[in-house]
Amino acid sequence: MPKRKEPTPTVERSIAAPPYGAVASGLSDDDFHKGRVCTTHWAADARYAWDSGIAIGRYLEGLKAGRLLAVECRKCHRVMIPPRMFCELCFRPIDGWRQVKDTGIINTFSLCYVTWDVKRIKEPQIPAVIEIDGASPGMGIMHLIGGIDPKSVRIGMKVRAVWKPAAEREGAITDILYWRPF
Amino acid sequence: MGNRVAIVGAGMTKFVRRAQETGKELSFNAARMALDSCGLHLDQIEMVCLGTAPDTFDGVHMKGEYLSDGAGAFGKPYMRSFVGGGTGVFAVAQGWYHVASGLCDLCLVVCEEKMSTFQPHAQAAFLTIFDHITERPLKPNLLWIFALEMNRYMTTYGLRKEDIARVAVKNKNNALDHPAAQLAQAVTIEDILQSEVLAWPVQRLDVSPVSDGAVAVVLASESVARRVTNKPVWIEGVGWNLDTAYWTNRDLCYPRYVEEAARMAYKMAGITDPRHQIHIAEPYDPFDYKELHHMEGLMLCGRGEAPQMTLDGITSRDGELPICPSGGLLGVGNPISAAGLMKIAELFWQLRGEAGKRQVSRKVKRGVAQAWGDLMQVGTVVVLGI
Repeated sequence: MPKRKEPTPTVERSIAAPPYGAVASGLSDDDFHKGRVCTTHWAADARYAWDSGIAIGRYLEGLKAGRLLAVECRKCHRVMIPPRMFCELCFRPIDGWRQVKDTGIINTFSLCYVTWDVKRIKEPQIPAVIEIDGASPGMGIMHLIGGIDPKSVRIGMKVRAVWKPAAEREGAITDILYWRPF
Repeated sequence: MGNRVAIVGAGMTKFVRRAQETGKELSFNAARMALDSCGLHLDQIEMVCLGTAPDTFDGVHMKGEYLSDGAGAFGKPYMRSFVGGGTGVFAVAQGWYHVASGLCDLCLVVCEEKMSTFQPHAQAAFLTIFDHITERPLKPNLLWIFALEMNRYMTTYGLRKEDIARVAVKNKNNALDHPAAQLAQAVTIEDILQSEVLAWPVQRLDVSPVSDGAVAVVLASESVARRVTNKPVWIEGVGWNLDTAYWTNRDLCYPRYVEEAARMAYKMAGITDPRHQIHIAEPYDPFDYKELHHMEGLMLCGRGEAPQMTLDGITSRDGELPICPSGGLLGVGNPISAAGLMKIAELFWQLRGEAGKRQVSRKVKRGVAQAWGDLMQVGTVVVLGI
């Protein structure tokens, strides 16, 4: 039975200013994980399944067929991607669908060396916002850059989608493996 | 607009990486301190507003209700709000309309966050902000959106990392004088630049920590405020605004939603020239570049000019326009909703001239606090004045 540890207040600094007497008992990782204080654990088993909706459903069908689909609003003259069934600016239904190119421009990117739970990875992932050719200026999607030395990725580079082989596509954003600069 | 509303008391816990106190206990500590600071008792409080993160964060169903006793809300009209990182400042706007509308004279505003509960790391609690169909299959992590926005900002204005790291240096050093600070550090630009790269251009010391903590303030109508204190700090303006969730369709180098929120608050406060009519500011700084971004959105300088202002020392505690004299989220800590309310509390103490070693050297009469959250989407702004 580990000896119960009395909470130790975090280091007191004598700073004569409000908040006077601010308290919170800081615990170290060891206090918490090695049982020096009592803890209770629980894991949620939350599972979800989403239908893809009208607009994104059609977008995903397009991806399965190797095509990138956008929608247009004839009031504000925007060609929008990802597609949506209504124009959020004009607040009216969209006027139609059109195929846009599977090329674009890197609007911004990052070289990410950590996973979601802050574990290090050696080869960085390269998430990016890619402005799609044929959509209105500034209309981008989030995806990954690949097939290039990470150190030479730059904003403004032209990129082209690298698709999964047709037989392996399943109607998902991952039907595009990554975008390669050209 | 509405009846005049003042802040008359403030309190907060220390911000720590992992508090032994429960969220209720943290809320109580902050709320009790805020009430004590202005000599009020819970019986006199008519309504309570609470800001705190979604239930998934804590694994507690209807966390607002769970926290209500600690927030002094038992038997009172009570409402919990959450607008991501923007919550701490929004909660004051929400409290403001409770009082400004004439609905009550005394309203307690409490913001609590306990991020340490989520295992193994609270970052994963945010993954569901990415679109579940078009983005999450790419296995994103939360750092991506900040790194993407920061890179766009740096590239648009041709900034170097050190132009941005200067903010972290200033804030972490400012926090040395804050009794409740978690990450007060006498760091240098070199320390920031040599810290571990997480998602370039974001490095370890560019980021605020994961924190537990709570903050509370007491809002009063004019007649009550004048009875409670001889130094009321008036809420002169409130504003909030939300940009589209299609974040990859937006211009990431400028926070338009912050500007819209600021315009709403400035109009209410009669501010037409923010750069000169605002004397002190606590913009939201979960990342060092966000302080710069938000200074521009708050129109405290032109677009792309915030780094130069920082370099020139204008934003230091003894500068012409002190920014984050508290130490900000980078130095004091970032218990999400509580962090925003900490900024309001800091302005309250600064405007009353009570901030001790943190007190800015110039006489300050009007300040602005701002917070931000969600998919780089929410702007919340409060203008305070004496």
